Order: sequence, then C-alpha cells, then structure tokens
Amino acid sequence: MRIIKNIGQYFGEIFHAIKSLLTGMKITGYYFFHPKEIVTQQYPENRDTLKMFDRFRGEVVLIHDSNNEHRCTGCSACELACPNGTIEIINKKEIDPETGKSTKAIDQFVYHLSMCTFCNLCIIACPTDAIKMAQTFEHSVFDRSKLTKVLNNPGSKLMPGIRE
Amino acid sequence: MSTEQTVLGNETQEYFINMGPQHPSTHGVLRLLLTLDGEIIRKVEPHMGYIHRSIEKMCEKDSYQQIVHLTDRMDYLSCHINNEAVCLTVEMGLQLEIPERVKVIRTIISELTRLASHQLWWGVMGMDLGAITGFLYGFRDRELITDIFEETCGARLTMNYNVPGGLMFDIHPNFQKRTKEFLAYFKKKLPEYEELLTGNVIFEERTKGIGYISKEDVISYGVTGPSGRGSGFACDIRKLHPYSAYDRVEFKEILYNEGDSYARYMVRMDEMKESMHIIDQLIDNIPEGDYKAKTKAVIKLPAGEYYQRVETARGELGVYIISDNKKSPYRVKFRSPGFSNLSALDTMAKGCKIADLVAMMSTLDLVIPDIDR
Amino acid sequence: MILLNFSIYDFSDFINSIDTWLVETFSPTIGHLIGLVLVGTCFLLFTALLGLSLVYIERKVCAFFQQRLGPMRVGPFGTAQTIADIIKLIFKESLITKQSDKFLFNLAAFVIMMAPFIVLSAIPFAKGLQALDMDIGLFFIISVSSIGVTGILLAGWSSNNKYSLIGAMRSGAQIVSYELSVAISLMTIVILTGSLQLSEIIASQSNGWWIFKGNIPAIIAFVIYIIASTAETNRGPFDMAEAESEITAGFHTEYSGIKFAYFFLAEYVNFFIISAVGATVFFGGWMPLHIGDATFFNNAMDFIPPIIWFFGKVAVIMYFLMWFKWTFPRLRIDQLLTLEWKYLLPISIVNLLLMSIVALKGWHW
Ligand code: SF4
Ligand code: SF4
Repeated sequence: MRIIKNIGQYFGEIFHAIKSLLTGMKITGYYFFHPKEIVTQQYPENRDTLKMFDRFRGEVVLIHDSNNEHRCTGCSACELACPNGTIEIINKKEIDPETGKSTKAIDQFVYHLSMCTFCNLCIIACPTDAIKMAQTFEHSVFDRSKLTKVLNNPGSKLMPGIRE
Repeated sequence: MSTEQTVLGNETQEYFINMGPQHPSTHGVLRLLLTLDGEIIRKVEPHMGYIHRSIEKMCEKDSYQQIVHLTDRMDYLSCHINNEAVCLTVEMGLQLEIPERVKVIRTIISELTRLASHQLWWGVMGMDLGAITGFLYGFRDRELITDIFEETCGARLTMNYNVPGGLMFDIHPNFQKRTKEFLAYFKKKLPEYEELLTGNVIFEERTKGIGYISKEDVISYGVTGPSGRGSGFACDIRKLHPYSAYDRVEFKEILYNEGDSYARYMVRMDEMKESMHIIDQLIDNIPEGDYKAKTKAVIKLPAGEYYQRVETARGELGVYIISDNKKSPYRVKFRSPGFSNLSALDTMAKGCKIADLVAMMSTLDLVIPDIDR
Repeated sequence: MILLNFSIYDFSDFINSIDTWLVETFSPTIGHLIGLVLVGTCFLLFTALLGLSLVYIERKVCAFFQQRLGPMRVGPFGTAQTIADIIKLIFKESLITKQSDKFLFNLAAFVIMMAPFIVLSAIPFAKGLQALDMDIGLFFIISVSSIGVTGILLAGWSSNNKYSLIGAMRSGAQIVSYELSVAISLMTIVILTGSLQLSEIIASQSNGWWIFKGNIPAIIAFVIYIIASTAETNRGPFDMAEAESEITAGFHTEYSGIKFAYFFLAEYVNFFIISAVGATVFFGGWMPLHIGDATFFNNAMDFIPPIIWFFGKVAVIMYFLMWFKWTFPRLRIDQLLTLEWKYLLPISIVNLLLMSIVALKGWHW
C-alpha cells in the first residue's frame, strides 16, 4: 500500500511540477506573440516626441525675458540653500544711473552642473522666483569644464521693480 | 605535513572566495568573504565600507532642509520614506502641527515607494535565480510608479519631495488619476508575478527551507521589515507606532512563521497587495488644505535628543538627532535596516550552497548604500 | 555539367558529380584531398554563419519574451549586430591571467570548438547532404559530443580563478550525468529503427515520424531528451556552469576577445546540434511529414524541399528551448543532479523497457 502511495506521490510531484512550469511559459509565451505590448522605446529616434514632465528637474536655469532681463537680485539665498556648493553668486557694484547710488547686482551666476544633486532647494529658496528647473536631460559632454555654466546671459539686466 | 596528508587522504580542504566587491549578485559594492567547503558555505563575512560617504558626518554641517536630500542616497529604493523619517523627526522636535493633507499624501507616496521597491526586488530576485525575464517585467511595472513620481515630485529616484513641515509642492493635478490607473493595471499584473515565480517548481525548490532563521535569532540580530516578518517577528512600525496617516487606514501586518527564503518572499508579495489596499483607501480621500506648515527659513531644533522610526521597504529606519539649538544638528545617527539585516546572513547561510546564498541575499533585499551610508 | 545535377530535393547526385569531377580532373588522392578541404571549408563557413545568426535570433527572441525590441541599431532591425560584435571581439585584447597555465588556457578554447565541429559532420542536413554517414552515426554523435566537457574542465582549471574552477566542476558533474539520459532516450528510438545509421533512421520515418508512430514511450523519450540535452549543453535553466549571478561567468570568466567568442560559438553550435539530433531522431530529420500511405497528402508535403523541413524542425525545437531558458529560474547544482539521478534516469530506463515491449508486441505504427 505504502509503495503505491509513494509511487502516486512521485508522479503527482512530476505532474505538479510540469503544470507549474507550463503556467510560467504561458506568461512569457503570451508576450512573445503580442509584440504590441513591448514597452521599450528607441531613445534618440523618439527625441522629438519625447516630452518630459513639466516638474522634471533637469538643470537649474535663470529665467530671462525677451528684453534680456532676469529677476535675480544677487541675494545669495540660493547659494546658501544649496547643500553642496553648486551655485556661486558673484556680485558687482553697480551705479544706478537715476539715483546715482551704488547697488549690488550679479556679475556672474555660476552653476556647476556636475555637482548638482537636483534637490530643488535653491528654487524654493529664491525669494524672487528668478531660477527654475529646466527639463533638459542630455547633459553628457566630453569635457567636464563644460558643465560649469554661467547662467546669466551676457549683458542681461535686473528686471525693473524686482528689488522693491 | 599533516594537512598535506589529509588532503591526499581524500579529505577536503576549506578555501576562501571573495564574492564582491564587484559581483553581479551583491547588487552594489558589498564584499562577502566566503569560507567554502566545495560548494558548501561554512562562513560568510561581510566586509563593508566600499561605498561609505559619511552621510552622518555630512549631516552635521547641513541645515535640516539639506539633510533630507542626503537620505535619498541611503536606501535609494525607499527614498521617499527616508525623507519622511527625517522630516518627522524635525517636525517632532519643532512640535509642528502638520496639515492632514500632507499626512495623507506622504502615506500614499510612501506606499507607492514600497510598491516600487518590492517590484524591483521581485525582478532582481528572479534574475538572481536565473529567470532574467522577471527582471524586465518588474521594471516594466515599476516604470509606471516612477512616472507618477516624476510628474509630482520631479525626479524618478532621488525625489526629495518632503521638506520639514510638509511637502515641497502640492501634488500634480494628474496624480490621483495616474495612481488609480496604475492600481487598476497592477492588480492585473500581480497574478502574473505569482504565476511566473511563486508557483514555479524550480523556484519553490530553490527557496523553500533554504536560509532558515529562527524568530529568536531574528530578534537578536535586529532583523526587521519583511525579512523579520518572514520569521514571525511582528515588527511593522506602521502598526506599532503609526505615523502619518497609518493610524486611519486598515491593513494587515503580513506574518509568516517559516523563516525561510520562501517565507520572506511571500511576505513581500503579500505586502504589495496590502500597499495597494492602503492606497485604495486614501487616494480618493485626500483632504483639502495646505501642503506645508509654516516653518522658519532657518530651522533650529531645541536642544535635546529626538528619535523617530519609520517602516521603509527594507525594515525599520531610525533617525536619531542630537541638537544643540544650532542650525545644524550636533549629531545624526541613522539606524538603517540593511545593516542589521545583513548581520544575519552568516547565521542563515551556514551549510547552504553558493547558489542558496544568492537567493538568500535576494530575500534579504539588501541595498548596499543603505548599509554603508 | 555539375550544375545540371543540382536539385533542391536530392543532393546526392550533385555531390557525387562534384566528387567524380574532382577525381577525374586530378589524381584520385588529390581529388579526395581537395574534396575534404572543400567540405571542411563549408563546415567552417556554416559554423560561423550559424553562430552569427543564432546569437542574433536568440537575442531577438529573448527580447520579445521580455517585452523588449532587442538589437535595433546596427543594420535593419539590428541584423548586423552580431557581425559588429565579432569585429569588436576580434580587436579586443586577449588577456591571460597571471600564473595561469597558458598552454592549457589557450588549448581549452580550441578543444571546446572541436567537439561540436566534429559532430556537425555526422548531421544529415538534407537528402544526400551529409558528410559522414557512418553505420554508427548516432553513437558517434553521442560519444564525440562529450569531448566538449574536456574543454570546459581545462578552461576552468587553467584559468587560475576559483570561480572558473567551481564552474568547471559543476559542468563536469552535470555533463557526465546527463549524457546517460540523452543516450538512453535516443536508444529508445533506436529500438524501433534497428539501426544507428542516421540515414536509415530517417528512412524509417518515411511513413510518419517516430514521435507519432512510436506510441507514448516515444513522447516520453523526447521530453527526456529535450531536458537532458539542454542540461548537457549548459543552457538555461541548467546553466549552472556559467550562472552569472552566482559564479560570475563560470569557466569562461577569464577569457576575453576572440577566445571568448570561441566559447560562445561552441555553445551555440552545440545548441544547434542537440536540436538537429532531436529533429532527426524524433521528427524525421529532413523527411517531410508523411501520413501512412495517404499519397496525395504525402506528395503535397514532398513539394517542400527537405532542407527547409530540416531547418524548420530545428528552428521549432530551438524556439522551445529558448522559451524554457527565458522563462525558468535556474536549478541548484545538487537539485540538478537529483533531477537526473532520481527522475530522468529511472524514467528513461523504464521507458526503454516499455519501448522494447512496444516494439516486441508491435504496438507502434
Ligand atoms: S538643485 Fe540642489 S544641488 Fe542643485 S543647485 Fe539647486 S540646491 Fe544646489
Ligand atoms: S537666484 Fe534668487 S536666491 Fe539666487 S541670488 Fe538670485 S535672487 Fe537670490
């Protein structure tokens, strides 16, 4: 009796095993015959249709309007907020042509993309919303020094009315 | 002379093998020094420090807002939960009242993070056992969660969405819709996972009864999370010390008593269902309100010691902050789950084969940057 | 004159006419020698082509199982991908580990190529397209294909790397045990054919393939053959010898460049061989699908050239083997041996007995 039971068990195991293997094969087989379900994309080819989400943090940019004016007062709040020294604000003295008083204005907004962790702290720290995150993500370059950028356009000025 | 003779006399000799720091299945730069007898493991000695970045030390010079983003880089698969842990600690120190909306959103995103982490773990587990196809399926589904994160938080992996006092910004208008779509999708796909691995006879053979660790050992090693619950150790912080919105949702703490690789596997599989159940309850009930409580620009914790623990996808993460009322903490210590879980590996692996070790490490779900910090 | 004899349905006249032409033009010795060199070159080319196309096909098939596109960049649909890979491998530096046994290290790569190359000569590709039609053809294939394990052991030993050694030892144990099941399951069909000569095995299937004619034991034998031969060629789910998540790449961990390509090529040629032998013994090789003496149906089937039948059958078997590989987790080495010694071997021996009874009683068709 025991032998028969054991033999039954032996074959039962085999059938159970084969059944479980076939269930797995059903899944992979389904995907093989449904190439429509393929999820991968061909990246550089689909560049034109590829759109990042608008909150995606690609790199920090300084917003300039059409008059080549920005809103950065050079207050250095972003520099302080940044955990890893990615931003360097270099200020210069500027004589206000109307009042004749000397004020502080940014000379260079230096941004080391290679050090940025895209934590967004600088953006929320900025009191005048002068900077934002751009959605670019193709940052690779052949020379590391290219990753150090000056964000303010040459000749750009502070938007009037921001300082107040 | 005598050792040579035993070798000649058909005795086997133990030998060492370095598994890692560059090895496909240590998933990072972990080095395991194995003492082997043929294929049988006699001893496993983990050697760490290959990816030590002294995050705890860095915290001592950073402001509390900046600390949060460093924790993204510990256990990168549950980064949101790490962020939340720091924020909760700071909020506790400041005795801030957090808006309900924030609590609910944090809970939803935490559970999504847990889901994503478990999906990736499932895929990697399959890959470690040789079923590479599962890896791609796991990633396929995880991709949808990272899309949700990307839309709302702006990043796919290191999200840094929490700030002390609340959230960095409000959820995206599409968040609820996308999450619901994902849940509907994933409820259909989860059975696929089970058919592909769980019931598979080869998989069962490879995991059942392998890597046993008793409840006593689990407790004495401090193994937490799904790995601990696989041995029947009820250690779910979400149940024991509910934080955020966990006190108002209904979910089961998954416990298995077998203590083997298969039990640890099953805990995570069931946890995925529970996570979806939690999100189901909350996603339509996000209260209106602010997404952030008012905080000062420079946060100074009152002098004292603060400890808060949360349940990450890997286990109990504890954040211990000593403050001396400056803008940076005096000392920060993270009790990371991976470190304690790894310590149990030797007990589990004794007498098993190399292939079992790989399966065991998978079921411990180690993330190396979490161990080293 | 030679080309006149060419027919896609029967290559024997064509081959014979080349042979006679060679012998007539040169002296008999030189003619035969040239013939040998010609055949060798054909096989070399065939192996290279086989390796290239199989690697591409496997990558594509695997990609489709995994919801991916697979290689798409080089050439249309990535068809030139493997050629690019080969070029890359040729130009790679061929590294040799310190203190490795350099002679054996280099030898292993050639030994491992040798076995499948010799076996290929006994495979009947189509009617009359077979280099060696020995009366012990099947026995020859079984015995020669086990030379390959020497290469694996040599590679593992000479690499001076513990991972390689573990891999080599695993595969040694694996191949030696699974050969038994492969041989016995093939013998099950030999009982019916009464001959080890491959051409006769095929001829005996002119009124139906053995998998249909041979009753249940033939189906069991086929299943066992498929499992055991996958294991013998170290393919997933039995790829213990090169389990990348456990022992990195097993016995070929230390090989690089073109020597690594040899291992890769040998693996795929072996893969082809097991499918080809399976197709020949169980599915009639190049023999078109015939049902008893349904003349009309048989003639219609004969219209498809045998070489297409052969490669078609091989492709179907290969597809199933790939399906296995890309679905299942890997076994552990002791479970692998358990499977062989506790399940496959006893079953195949009982099956052999069953087949003998079937053959004696004439229960097959
Ligand atoms: S995103 Fe973070 S790391 Fe980058 S510049 Fe802003 S604050 Fe610094
Ligand atoms: S970007 Fe904003 S925070 Fe930074 S210096 Fe300019 S105004 Fe200040």
